[in-house]
Amino acid sequence: MVAVITRRSLVAGAAGAAALPFAGAAGSAQTPLGIGFVYVGPTGDYGWTYAHDQGRKAIEAEFGSKVKTSYVENVAEGPDAERVLRQLATAGNKLIFATSFGFMNATVRAARALPNVWFEHATGYQRAANLATYNARFYEGRAVCGTIAGHLSKTGTAGYIASFPIPEVVMGISAFTLAAQKVNPNFKTKVLWVSTWYDPAKEADAAKALMDQGCDILTQHTDSPAPLQAAEARGMLGFGQASDMRTYAPKAQLTSIVDDWAPYYIRRVRMALDGTWKSGDTWDGLKEGAVRIAPYGDAVPENVRREADRVKEEIIAGALHPLTGPIKDQKGELRVKEGERMTDEQLSKMDWYPAGVQS
Amino acid sequence: MSTALLVSFAMTVAMASTPILLASLGELVAEKAGVLNLGVEGMMLIGAVTGFAAAALTGSAYLGLLAAMLGGLLTSLIFAALTLGLSANQVATGLALTIFGVGASALIGAPFVGRTIERLGPLLPQALAGHPVLRVLFGYDLLVYLALGLTAVVAWWLRYTRPGLVLRAVGESDTSAHAIGYPVLAVRTGAVAFGGVLAGLAGAYFSLELTPMWADRLTAGRGWIALALVVFASWRPARLLAGAYLFGAVMTFELHAKAAGFALLPPEILAMLPYLATILVLTLISVRPGRVSTAAPACLGKAFSPA
Amino acid sequence: MLYATPFLAVALTAAAGTIVFGLMGYDGPRAVRDIFVAPLAHPDRWPELLVKAGPLALIATGLSVGFRANVWNIGAEGQYIAGAIAGTGVALATWGLSGAWILPAMCLAGMLGGMAWAAVPAFLRTRFGVSEILTSLMLTYVAVQLLFLLVRGPWKDPEGFNFPQTRMFTPDQTLPAISEGSLIHLGIPIALLVACIAWLLLARTVAGYEVKVVGLAPAAARHGGFSERRTIWLTLLGAGGLAGLAGIFEAAGPFGQLTPQFPGGYGYTAIIVAFLGRLHPVGIILAALVLAVTHVGGELAQTGVGLPQAATGMFQAMLLFFLLATDVLIRFRPVLARPARARAAA
Repeated sequence: MVAVITRRSLVAGAAGAAALPFAGAAGSAQTPLGIGFVYVGPTGDYGWTYAHDQGRKAIEAEFGSKVKTSYVENVAEGPDAERVLRQLATAGNKLIFATSFGFMNATVRAARALPNVWFEHATGYQRAANLATYNARFYEGRAVCGTIAGHLSKTGTAGYIASFPIPEVVMGISAFTLAAQKVNPNFKTKVLWVSTWYDPAKEADAAKALMDQGCDILTQHTDSPAPLQAAEARGMLGFGQASDMRTYAPKAQLTSIVDDWAPYYIRRVRMALDGTWKSGDTWDGLKEGAVRIAPYGDAVPENVRREADRVKEEIIAGALHPLTGPIKDQKGELRVKEGERMTDEQLSKMDWYPAGVQS
Repeated sequence: MSTALLVSFAMTVAMASTPILLASLGELVAEKAGVLNLGVEGMMLIGAVTGFAAAALTGSAYLGLLAAMLGGLLTSLIFAALTLGLSANQVATGLALTIFGVGASALIGAPFVGRTIERLGPLLPQALAGHPVLRVLFGYDLLVYLALGLTAVVAWWLRYTRPGLVLRAVGESDTSAHAIGYPVLAVRTGAVAFGGVLAGLAGAYFSLELTPMWADRLTAGRGWIALALVVFASWRPARLLAGAYLFGAVMTFELHAKAAGFALLPPEILAMLPYLATILVLTLISVRPGRVSTAAPACLGKAFSPA
Repeated sequence: MLYATPFLAVALTAAAGTIVFGLMGYDGPRAVRDIFVAPLAHPDRWPELLVKAGPLALIATGLSVGFRANVWNIGAEGQYIAGAIAGTGVALATWGLSGAWILPAMCLAGMLGGMAWAAVPAFLRTRFGVSEILTSLMLTYVAVQLLFLLVRGPWKDPEGFNFPQTRMFTPDQTLPAISEGSLIHLGIPIALLVACIAWLLLARTVAGYEVKVVGLAPAAARHGGFSERRTIWLTLLGAGGLAGLAGIFEAAGPFGQLTPQFPGGYGYTAIIVAFLGRLHPVGIILAALVLAVTHVGGELAQTGVGLPQAATGMFQAMLLFFLLATDVLIRFRPVLARPARARAAA
């Protein structure tokens, strides 16, 4: 399956590289726009990189012969990334997506050295005239999951398998917990830090430990479907991560937060083709389709579906912000005042948890 | 509640320990014959992917196990051909074998990403494993029992049988064994092949039971832990068993402790412990050299060419 | 024959790669050309190759001296990390200070860090007879976890939004480029220089002779009054020091900080480089370049013919297999000429 796609980019890639020494030819109207991707993992990880590669394929499907995409996978975060970025630029790519936070310094340097190439860095915070950043409001999806968890958890305790306490993970845990507490004020979230983004066996064991400790619903901020499989095996419930993981856990998956980079990528490529590309910082969410809620599983009853849909609609309409005050932290101190919404600035630096989170 | 918790804890430990026990048992036999194969992780990955592919194509996890054994076997034979056939350096070849395994498994596995299979599942009928206490004894899949059984067989075989003696002799002094007329290279090839078969099974335990799926680098470094464990156990199968279950227990206990809201130690320190313990054990057995069977095989890692 | 086998191996790998990639449905000849030739075809890419090859050559040079003496330090990755940690410790302690002394102090600390990490296997081997193969390998994992512990904990950048990484080093703490705008930092020429010096030392000094004798004929060495103990210490500390230096060069050079992704496997690859280079400094520099070429070329093949990274990995492994296999052609010559080596060459 993957081989077929890469075969296609093979033909396009060969044409592009052949034109490379004759940079003048790139100006002609027929030359497709070169778009490069730098991936931190393998496209076969069924997680973060897989989702970005789906976005790349969507670009090809949308624009056909007007673009040619290529990617380099398994690029180490560090100096290798800068070399790969430069290489992609030399190969004629005009728009390059660096899809991991750890590529930040490399992308900043490459953007400085190559002012005629447009760079886009996922989840970073450094920008330049030719370097844009983008991220997705995954926490919005987490709020929908939290709503479902609040209704369906009998023990009132969810297990949360988490990687590292960076702001993105922290805001996800918080949004999930706060949404669940709206349904069940005593709701608790047990966070288990596994210090890895990807270790299926460890993620599965963490899931088992959480279930043994009284969590009857699991969610995760790690990459593999292993926790969901563990929930399925025990007849417990859980949420998928990054892609629809229903095939792995047809009974257990309540829904999944699907990363869909395609809308953003297609938008940016269109701007690049039109010559209207501009730097900036984009946080797309449920509204833009960057975060999608997978179809509900059979275990979600009709009334809960309605509730979850309502939360989703209100977020899309802007009527609801998942991190709205009053929010007290774990020590009981009021961190966000009644009615106040956390700003993007505050979210991107968040390093505390609401009460009810056990971490 | 607490019985259920204990049972669940014990079962998690047994299942987490099984792949490490299998892989390290195979490596133990290879090392006893004097061969240091650092390619365990690579062989495990090949086993994981061939096992999954076969299970996905045939619908049978048991056929998957057979395929995994074959995959591990073939991979180990590359190693044997280079180090035993051509006397290549074992350390370098083992490292190359891991690079090979990572790459080859990702290629073979690409069409299988996202597919699902029926996991191995419990070996015995549910009736036997209905009660929690019975389940902790009878509720496992085939490989948990196989790993335990094989450990006993290997321990007995190495210690009490003539072929076992020959294998140890080959590992202790290849030149003497050769002089007596034992086929040093044939014995070593057999030992490496056994290691490959077991590493293949260990890998398949991930893709067929623990986390029934294929994704790149599924085993996430367990092969290196298996290598350390052989040393930690000072090349004795009984200690290997204890070490594997101890490792599984500590790792599972850590997760439980964290889920219950208290941290034992920073996770990084905990992750260092198996390796520090291995160095400690290695030093202790060197300080007080016991019987030959507890020390490192004298010819470990050295090439032998019957001149 | 000694110098022909690497070329034979490359030729065999190219042939096998063409066939295998072709069978997989890719443009085989072009994939092989992308991997082996394309990185060399453009002078623009040469600095990239040197940046990649520098640390490999530096570490492999240190290792090769030990390997000649039958000291099997396979924990260079750990010593490389320990060096980076020690050097970064100095960088963080001097953060906000300025002065030309800071960078040399970091490099010195890096060397000492690597030496300290290598001293453990040296001590255990000379004092208790513990195999350095196993202890040095185990210590690598300890170093990796120590790095994680530091960058996720006390050394985490206070302004880094909780991302597990240290502060960026200041200009005074960063290795300068050899010329304005060049990718090549000062560590690269130093690495190559060190490799040459090591060659001179081995070829021309008594210590070098001692190392060789201890490796080739331990019994004769004892008769000659050479100390195996001293050789073990010397070679392990030397290898550790060079690996540590490579570590801080990488941290203060291309990385400019310490991150959890820092351990990239240079220490393991260097073992392979040392063997490919026939444990000879010039060979090692060439071997380091060959591996840099396949690495960079693998990326080119990904963008060029869409060859997945996994296929490149397999290709590198094939290259190593062929190199190790063709070794047999040369190994049996010295064996026939000097039977004493047959056992020692192990």
